[in-house]
Amino acid sequence: MSYIQFLSAHSSFILTGILVTLKIYSISMVLGTIGAFVIAFLCMSRNPVISGLAIAYVEVIRGTPLLIQLFWLFYVLPLFGVYLQDNFTGVLALVASLSAWGSVVIRGAIDSIPRGQWEACVALNLHPIRRMQRIILPQAILVLFPMWGNLLVEYLKHSSLISLIGITDVMYQLKTIQYNTFKSAESFGTALLIYYSISRFCLTPVFRQLEKSWARHLGIVQ
Amino acid sequence: MTFDWQWDYTFQILPVLLGAAVNTVIATVVGYTLALIIGVFFLVGQRTPYRILNRAVREIVEFIRTTPLLAQVFFVFYVAPDYGILLSPWTSGMIALGVHYGAYLSEVYRGALYTIPRQQWEACRALNLSATRTYVGVILPQALPPSMPGINNYFVGCFKDTPILATITVYELLNAANVLGQTTYRFLEPYTLAGLLFLTLSLISAAILKIVDRRIRRALGADIYKE
Repeated sequence: MSYIQFLSAHSSFILTGILVTLKIYSISMVLGTIGAFVIAFLCMSRNPVISGLAIAYVEVIRGTPLLIQLFWLFYVLPLFGVYLQDNFTGVLALVASLSAWGSVVIRGAIDSIPRGQWEACVALNLHPIRRMQRIILPQAILVLFPMWGNLLVEYLKHSSLISLIGITDVMYQLKTIQYNTFKSAESFGTALLIYYSISRFCLTPVFRQLEKSWARHLGIVQ
Repeated sequence: MTFDWQWDYTFQILPVLLGAAVNTVIATVVGYTLALIIGVFFLVGQRTPYRILNRAVREIVEFIRTTPLLAQVFFVFYVAPDYGILLSPWTSGMIALGVHYGAYLSEVYRGALYTIPRQQWEACRALNLSATRTYVGVILPQALPPSMPGINNYFVGCFKDTPILATITVYELLNAANVLGQTTYRFLEPYTLAGLLFLTLSLISAAILKIVDRRIRRALGADIYKE
């Protein structure tokens, strides 16, 4: 059986898998991005209790594997009386992880803004919130775009792990197809190609474009 | 089910998990050593005089970097037997880790090579040094310090990716925790302990690598520390 026949025979499973992956991925990336900004600002808080807790959270999440976090949420949350649907457990794990890793990237981007910019804001007597909003963040976001693109590609890869707690994403579907048909090369090859095409032909160009248009928005010609 | 942490059970499973943690460390070290070598091949493959080969290797590296390790592990483990190559879970796991992180490391190496000024290469050519002596005597000692942070980060990353090998029945920390959970129906302690072990081990290895990094910088006379 040729590869085309393989694809057409299983296309409906593969397509539903892709849809589930894209749905869970996009929801968790949006929530995770918001979470990352929140955690980054909490880490920079002047209150030592708040910043200490936020930094501890980041260190714990960054120090443990995502797969263990996923299994922990899946098996241990019910013990606390929290019963989540599998999909939500997957989203929760991805959001928790992205907020921790992303906050480090955001802090790096904010730190990369030259001191002079901060001093100028102080000299102009800008309120700290206004300073962030008008001066620091717009420049930090420009630095952030390429890094964020890389991070999201990483998380597209990480999202394949949710198949291991029974979420029917594209990896799960292809693993099932492989289990039923024993066509390992075709099924796993398809999985590899799907993840590759999403990041190579969707995520990377979109982020490059976003970076360009943001630079134009700020009036920077690259 | 309610939340109740049982200490006697915790101490009962701790030795099992510690034994499995040793396997995790072995898998990391072996896989990463393989990656350090494969990374060099990926780098050299992109710097040949043949433009088509360079592009092909570049695209392969991109491909490996943008596809999930989970799919790669499955691919190596399940596809090789179809072609008559029987790989044990350990072997295929090590191959997958090595190739995956090799692709990442080739990027680290590439970045470090870019930091070497052109004049260094020109000077080597002017002194008529052979390719080996150019690399071993001049280029690598300068390229090593800037690549150390990347190499160290990916080592810890590799360590935290080893649980994925549990899916192909490599007996490491996560697999041990799974087995314990499934035999006793208590998942809280095994997973929490596995997580804590990962946390401590990654903090310890990060600290050790920082010292190694500083040692290497000092040994190579590149002790310019940005603080």
